[in-house]
Amino acid sequence: MIQFDRFVLKNGLKVLVHQDQSTPMAVVNVLYDVGARDEDESKTGFAHLFEHLMFGGSVNISDYDEPLQLAGGENNAYTTNDLTNYYCQLPAENLETAFWLESDRMLSLAFSKKSLDVQRKVVCEEFKEHYINKPYGDVWHMMRDLAYKVHPYKWMTIGKELAHIENAQLDDVKQFFFKHYTPANAILVVAGNVDTAHVKKLTEKWFGEIPSGVKYNRNVSQEPAQQEERRMTVKRNVPMDAIYKTWHMASRLEHDYYATDLLTDILGGGASSRLYQALVKERQLFAQINCYHFGSLDRGLFTIEGQLVKGVEIKDAEEAIESELDKVRSQLIDERELQKVKNKTESVMAFEDMSVMNRAGSLAFYELLGDGQLMNEEFKRYQDVTTEDLQRIAKDVLKDTNSNTIWYLAN
Amino acid sequence: MLNRSLAPHIKDAVEYSISLKSPAIFKLDNNVDVYNVQAGTEEVVQIEWVFKAGNWFEEKKLVASAANFLMKNGTGNKSAYEINEFVDFYGAYLNRSCYNETAVVSLHCLSKQLEHILPLVQEIFMDAILPEEELLIYKQNMKQRLAVNLKKCDFIAGRKIDALLFGEQHPYGVYSEMGDYDALQREELLAYYNAFYKNGHCTIFSAGILPSNFQELLNRYFGKLPFNKTVIQEKYHAILPSAQKKWNILNDAEGVQGAIRIARACPLPTDPVFPKLQVLNVLFGGFFGSRLMTNIREDKGYTYGIYSYLMNHMHASAILISTEAGRDVCEATVKEVYHEMDQLRMHEVGKEELLLVKNYLIGTLLGDLDGPFHIIGRWKNLILHGMNVSHFNYYVDVIKSIQPHELKQLAEEYLIPDDFYELTVV
Repeated sequence: MIQFDRFVLKNGLKVLVHQDQSTPMAVVNVLYDVGARDEDESKTGFAHLFEHLMFGGSVNISDYDEPLQLAGGENNAYTTNDLTNYYCQLPAENLETAFWLESDRMLSLAFSKKSLDVQRKVVCEEFKEHYINKPYGDVWHMMRDLAYKVHPYKWMTIGKELAHIENAQLDDVKQFFFKHYTPANAILVVAGNVDTAHVKKLTEKWFGEIPSGVKYNRNVSQEPAQQEERRMTVKRNVPMDAIYKTWHMASRLEHDYYATDLLTDILGGGASSRLYQALVKERQLFAQINCYHFGSLDRGLFTIEGQLVKGVEIKDAEEAIESELDKVRSQLIDERELQKVKNKTESVMAFEDMSVMNRAGSLAFYELLGDGQLMNEEFKRYQDVTTEDLQRIAKDVLKDTNSNTIWYLAN
Repeated sequence: MLNRSLAPHIKDAVEYSISLKSPAIFKLDNNVDVYNVQAGTEEVVQIEWVFKAGNWFEEKKLVASAANFLMKNGTGNKSAYEINEFVDFYGAYLNRSCYNETAVVSLHCLSKQLEHILPLVQEIFMDAILPEEELLIYKQNMKQRLAVNLKKCDFIAGRKIDALLFGEQHPYGVYSEMGDYDALQREELLAYYNAFYKNGHCTIFSAGILPSNFQELLNRYFGKLPFNKTVIQEKYHAILPSAQKKWNILNDAEGVQGAIRIARACPLPTDPVFPKLQVLNVLFGGFFGSRLMTNIREDKGYTYGIYSYLMNHMHASAILISTEAGRDVCEATVKEVYHEMDQLRMHEVGKEELLLVKNYLIGTLLGDLDGPFHIIGRWKNLILHGMNVSHFNYYVDVIKSIQPHELKQLAEEYLIPDDFYELTVV
């Protein structure tokens, strides 16, 4: 049970405080409700590029990292298709340094030309390192584009192409900031060896006077239900054939999310999962195979990806996947198998909650979903899932007309 | 009106006193040492069984890592699937890793499930059979993994730099080729398992919220096993570094980045100079605010990230600089790395920058010692290197007290460009 206090400033900033006196540290986590899904299709990769610019100096402080490091702190940030999250950890006595730094960059950035010039290059190198200069690195660009026709999930967080990043202008940066980086669009979580009354005072002092700005109302086109099977085949300079399959699935807030999540574990969560046991160990058609999803806030992708054993026909490999999916569609799985994935989930949650940093990040995420308290109700929702739920989801989601398949062949 | 350009007062992290919580130490009936840190807020445990079974002791390539991997893929009574299903059912993670001197079996699970899992771990140490069928699957899948890795410039660079530093025959520099997997035989793996696990040398490190009868539990399942009976012969491996210092390798004609590795030998972690080198390393390339990062990423934008490291081996250590940079700026990147070495040799670091490095190091250390798994991790590192808490305290003292002129002296000795191996793989 994670305890926390919650209050909201006049400018709309939501604040959650989680006290844990067993640590000498404090964590400050600022989540902005903006991700790649809020980008314009002609300027993709911007939310993530912007995350880099948040470290390029704010209106009154020329550098973010140095003062934090001087206060014994460290920090990082990440951007997804849904959100952007910044977090730092420092000795609790120096908590105010984090307030000073985070509030100033919420107030306004320095909008330095030099920072933009450099970070464009840095992000282009990040793009190359992860998505170009790597075997199979381009597959998710193609898969997103295949699976989504309308929703902005059709591009990756890093962006559609290098050119979008290379062409980013300072004006774009300014517009993006004032549109999305407002108190009303942010969630602040302060955790660790802190005291709520003190945090309240610091929050009023440093964030209270930031203008609330214009509340951004998201108007993202939702993906219409897919009606026909989609397939594509590509040839690349890779050593082994691989197959990627996705199906549209429940969004993070739908009730079916939990059963869907457990179904990915049944199929591909670890060494005793069905796909691994049947296709890697018994039939030896795949060298590796995984089943997972992205936990997207809007309707996401249930994914199976596997690398074939050399010499196996990809058609046979795909049929073998289908035969395993047939089993979960046509037969109830037994209770022990369901209990297994529930036990695994319970364990994962406990390990995640070990660090104050993770607890702070999770609280911010659940608050974004609507209520930080959801964090404490999550496991109950998994426990309520039945074998009938799993079969229903398997039938609903894992059908051909909802599927996208890429044959990624070695040339 | 709030003056936002004025930084709030800080307590310098160097003013914090830092202590490493001591573990409880006890011996099992068979003389196995156990180090246990009972602490934490979540009902979880971690246990590591550390064996002297790394590739240091193998006579033939890959035998140590294959035996380590296959150990949980079948016993006299249970198939690989039955073992995996059992572990997963209790929401546990039973992993194994093979390093140079040591090889580890690690268990993570909820405290309440511990008692269910321990008998299985015992069975794996007593009765693993390393089935032929599992070995065949292992060979096939590892060869495929290698084939994919061989397409990556960072993988090629990582193993090549180790080979340059230590020689391809040395356990630190050896790397695998397709034929090495083909050559593996079940009998040699079984022999290795028998010598280095079943009858091997074991030390146990545990942490978390352990049951009150934990010592009795460990004794019940592991105190009767034939561990630590035979003395494992220490082995000597000669280091044969490459004569050629500079290397350029073209692995992928269409590559858009190059993997750069620049490295040289340095003193061991047990050497009194090592903690000082750790501070120098952080300043040079060990954190986001380092000289390398500030210049090469944050000023020039040549790379997504550049770091330097000190290797933590037991028999020989090295300083390593590592990055992936745009193909057209690889040369410029290397030049800037040497430029930053020159700066550290020629000029003393400023007081303020050094204070920042010290505060950063102490602050992160404070955060690092938060939680039982981190604390036992520190102890494991100390104990396996034959060190003790005084080494840790000395490290903290060094961070707090080291002076600019000492860092300059160290740079003059260790950051000389001509002494480094330099490798770029596109």
